[in-house]
Amino acid sequence: MTPAPVLSIRGLTKTYASGLQALKSVDLDIGRGEIFALLGPNGAGKTTLISIVCGLVTPSTGEIQAAGHDIVRDYRRARSKIGLVPQELYTDAFERVIDTVTFSRGVFGRSRNPAYVEKVLRDLSLWDKRNEKIKELSGGMKRRVMIAKALSHEPEILFLDEPTAGVDVELRRDMWNLVRQLRESGVTIILTTHYIEEAEEMADRVGVIRKGELILVEEKTKLMQKLGKKQLTLNLSDPMTAIPAELAEWKLAIQADGNELLYTFDATAERTGIPSLLRRMSDLGIGFKDLHTRESSLEDIFVDLVTERNAA
Amino acid sequence: MSASVFNAHGVWAIYKFEMHRFKRTLWTGLAVPVITTSLYFVVFGSAIGSRMTEINGIPYGSFIVPGLMMLSLFTESIFNASFGIHMPRFTGTIYEILSAPLSALETVLGYVGAAATKSMTVALVILLTANLFVDVHVEHPFLMLLFLILIAATFCLFGFIVGIWAKGFEQLQVIPLLVVTPLTFLGGSFYSIEMLPEPWRTITLFNPIVYLINGFRWTFFGTSDVPVLWSLLATSAFFLICLAVVFWIFRTGYRLKS
Repeated sequence: MTPAPVLSIRGLTKTYASGLQALKSVDLDIGRGEIFALLGPNGAGKTTLISIVCGLVTPSTGEIQAAGHDIVRDYRRARSKIGLVPQELYTDAFERVIDTVTFSRGVFGRSRNPAYVEKVLRDLSLWDKRNEKIKELSGGMKRRVMIAKALSHEPEILFLDEPTAGVDVELRRDMWNLVRQLRESGVTIILTTHYIEEAEEMADRVGVIRKGELILVEEKTKLMQKLGKKQLTLNLSDPMTAIPAELAEWKLAIQADGNELLYTFDATAERTGIPSLLRRMSDLGIGFKDLHTRESSLEDIFVDLVTERNAA
Repeated sequence: MSASVFNAHGVWAIYKFEMHRFKRTLWTGLAVPVITTSLYFVVFGSAIGSRMTEINGIPYGSFIVPGLMMLSLFTESIFNASFGIHMPRFTGTIYEILSAPLSALETVLGYVGAAATKSMTVALVILLTANLFVDVHVEHPFLMLLFLILIAATFCLFGFIVGIWAKGFEQLQVIPLLVVTPLTFLGGSFYSIEMLPEPWRTITLFNPIVYLINGFRWTFFGTSDVPVLWSLLATSAFFLICLAVVFWIFRTGYRLKS
């Protein structure tokens, strides 16, 4: 199923005045109602990409359509469909929570709607704090205020730039639940993160950006199948100093001071090679006390991708 | 009007936000001009004015009222407008204004409109306070208001430019303190330039503030050191220059966008 794109980016590049090339020709389509995670190390170009779509940074070349509107020629319509939660906690310290959210709705061109603002504040557990000044709130609560501001004008596309950076575990879980609820209400969510766990937990699709290039865009489950590896760890009865030549074809690795053998295999291959390995080990008289297998996480895949390309 | 043509809700939201900011410091904001005006009247009006009797047939105490109003209007306009736009740049909250469906005109209307409202209020408070000390008669009240609005809008636009140009809070003070205040004092706020010896009198004619103050004073007393039409032209020219610079800022994203 390929949903109609709600965000379409073509040939986007950005070179800053300093000469830094932050984006090198990015093409990307985001489907309506999907949760898309943009992964990448610090300085890869994630925030630049988001900032261009939201109008904070001027692109060097390229075209972007948001909810069917060109973000430059028809910026009013495009921007009124977009909500942004920046990475930093930028707040007006002396304003009350309810005033700052009402203000955001106004600057995005929407008429007053106290009932909707109340709903947003209740959904974010901010209603009880509505009359408090922002400076009196904790960091986690301020983060919620930022989200409430971004949702105040009922956007169709929501950008969350590192939504859970520096956030405690409880709030992170709350945030994930909120993102799922938003998706159910039809909002498309694009989040950047360098917590792979976050992408693995929530995203439908994942894009990996490195040095300004989108090196991969894939459905999360397919990505994990395609690039995912399984590993078999064998806890040996007697420590081993070198791998016998008879076991060379399995490309084993020794770890834990010779107490463990590690076998990496392709999870999707018809023949994993495990039965033959175990038979050969038995022939050679190598015993083991225990064994377990584990599937690589998105994090392993990501680290592999980024380091492989680094080496290339 | 539809938000896809003119974002009136956005202008109103910014205006209200800024007015709310002023309200937080309402009493100091109004007490300062009242006290300062009273001090000017004690020092200039009573101490010096008693030796100066009249200028162009106007009692000295009344003569300085338009100048006092202008002095505050200039500094208040620049300070309020520059602070209004510099603060969101400093705290980072400007991201919201830049990502909102707001045109340059709408953004400026919100910020400059609010700053001008406040500085005009202060100028009118000074007028009311002055009335307690001297008799002030305004000969052309509508033209007085027109000059007041035009000059407030111009200096707020100028302040808006300063607020975007400034890299820190200390730079916000540089232009008002080092340029505007000296030019205002030398521009005939408290004296007629006719009283100056040559060559200072001719040199003073190159000070644009002279035209603003004299035009404004003309609306009070019907007399002026320079033709009132020149005053109106100079004020309008300064307004248009500031407007052009503000639109250039938004078009290029100068110090707003990278």
